[in-house]
Amino acid sequence: MSLCYQCGKCSAGCPIRFYMDIAPNKVVRLIQLGLYDEALKSSTPWLCAGCLTCSARCPNNFDLAKFMDAVREIALEKGVEVKEKDILSFHEAFLDQIKMHGRSYEVGLVAEYKMKTLNLLQDVDSAPGMFFKGKLGIMPHNIEDKKSVRDIFKKTSKK
Amino acid sequence: MKPLTGGNMRFGYYPGCSQISSAKEYDLSLKKVIGNLGVSLDELDDWSCCGATSGHVTNHKLANGLAMRNIMLADHQGLDNIVAPCAACYNRLILSQYETFNHPEIKSEIEELLSTKFEKDIGIFNVLELFMKIGLGKIVENRKRELSNLNVACYYGCLLVRPADITKFDDAEEPTSMERIVEATGAKTVDWNHKVECCGAAHSIARRDIVVDLSKKIIDDAIAHGANVMVVACPMCHTNLDMRQRTMKKVYPGHKEFPVLYLTELVGLSLGMNEKELGIDLHYIDFKYDDNIIKNTVA
Ligand code: SF4
Ligand code: SF4
Repeated sequence: MSLCYQCGKCSAGCPIRFYMDIAPNKVVRLIQLGLYDEALKSSTPWLCAGCLTCSARCPNNFDLAKFMDAVREIALEKGVEVKEKDILSFHEAFLDQIKMHGRSYEVGLVAEYKMKTLNLLQDVDSAPGMFFKGKLGIMPHNIEDKKSVRDIFKKTSKK
Repeated sequence: MKPLTGGNMRFGYYPGCSQISSAKEYDLSLKKVIGNLGVSLDELDDWSCCGATSGHVTNHKLANGLAMRNIMLADHQGLDNIVAPCAACYNRLILSQYETFNHPEIKSEIEELLSTKFEKDIGIFNVLELFMKIGLGKIVENRKRELSNLNVACYYGCLLVRPADITKFDDAEEPTSMERIVEATGAKTVDWNHKVECCGAAHSIARRDIVVDLSKKIIDDAIAHGANVMVVACPMCHTNLDMRQRTMKKVYPGHKEFPVLYLTELVGLSLGMNEKELGIDLHYIDFKYDDNIIKNTVA
C-alpha cells in the first residue's frame, strides 16, 4: 500500500469513477492515513467493477483492483453498513445459486435478488427476452458432485 | 469426458455457466467453427462455476477454491489445457492458478481446502488464443466467403488482456490479436478508442444504469469510427452490449440498434455457415449477412 504515491492515474482511467462517492485513489489515501471507517463506508469499493484498468496503468505497480477486493472483504467482516446494498444482494444471490447447484442459475438468481431487495418493480429486462428466445432454462443445471462445492463454501464461510 | 467434435488437434473445454444459458449461441458457434477447422474439444466433466465476480469481490479464499476445483478436475482428467470462452471465467481461472503456484501459503491453503495436491500448471486459453493456436491460415484456407463489406470494431473488454504479465498473450492497452483473426475472414477492422474499456460487467442487474451508460459509450465510439458491426469474445460483454440495447433505447431516445456478434459467429459466417446454424437469431439485435448490402447497419 505504501507503493501508492497518489498520482491519480488510476482514478483518471476508472470507468466507474463518475458514480462513486470518492475517487479510487482516495480510498487508498484514507487507509494510508488510518481513516479506516471512512474508507470502509464508501460506495467506491462496491461500485468498483474489478476491471483491472487501474492496476494495469499504475506507474508504481500498485494492484488497486486487488486492494478493492480486500477493502470489501474487511468491510463485510467488520459488518460495516454497505452503501450499495443492491450490489451486495446480487453477489449473495449469485453465490447462493452456486452453493445450491454448483453452477449459476439465472431464474433462481433473479428470484432471490428480488426477494432480497424487494425491488419487485425493477424490471430485470433481459429475462423475458431470453425466455422468449429459449435461452434460459426453467430448471437449474445441477452438477453431480454438489457436495464438493458445498464443502468449499462451508470451509471458507466467515459466518 | 465427452468428445464434442472430431479432429486431430484437441483442447479441454471449460464452458462456464453462460455458455449453457444466456450465451448458448456462443457455445454453439464455437463448437461448429472449431469442428470445421479440424479441432476437437473435450468438455471437463462435472465442471462448476468459477465463482465469477461475486466470488472474488466478497471472499478471496472462496473465489480461489471455486476456480481451483476446476483446475483440479482438469488435472485429474488428464487435460493439459482448457479453453475458457468467457473472459470473466478465463480471468478467474488464470489468476487463481497463478496465485496458487506463486504463493506457497495460498497453495497450501487451497490444497487443504480441496484435499488435493497441485503439481501441474494447466494451460488456460481464451478464444483468441485458441484461434491463434489453430492458425489463421486455416481460416483463410477454409473461407467460403470474404466478409469484405463488414467494418468491424473488435471489442476486448477489460478482462481478456489484463493483467498482461499473467495473461501474456497480447498488449493490455493496444491489443491486436482479435483484429488479425477478423482480418483473416476478409472483413475490415476499424481503429477506435474503446476496445479495452469496461462495460460494467457484473453490475448488469444491480446497477443497470451504469452498464447502460458505459455500453452506450462503447457502441457510439465504434459507430463514430466507421464500424457497422462489433465483435466480442465474452458472454457478459455480449449481454451488456446486445441485450441491454433494449434499455438503452428507452434511456437514450434516438439510439439506433447496432449489431454485436461473437467472434466465433463472424468466423462461422466466413466459413459459409448461416445465421441460424450459428445461433445469431438468438441475439436481441438482428443481424443478417448479405453479400451486397448489410441490413441493420447504422445509416
Ligand atoms: S495510479 Fe497507482 S500510484 Fe497513482 S494514485 Fe493510483 S494506485 Fe496510487
Ligand atoms: S478495477 Fe475498480 S477502481 Fe480499478 S479502474 Fe476498474 S472499476 Fe475503477
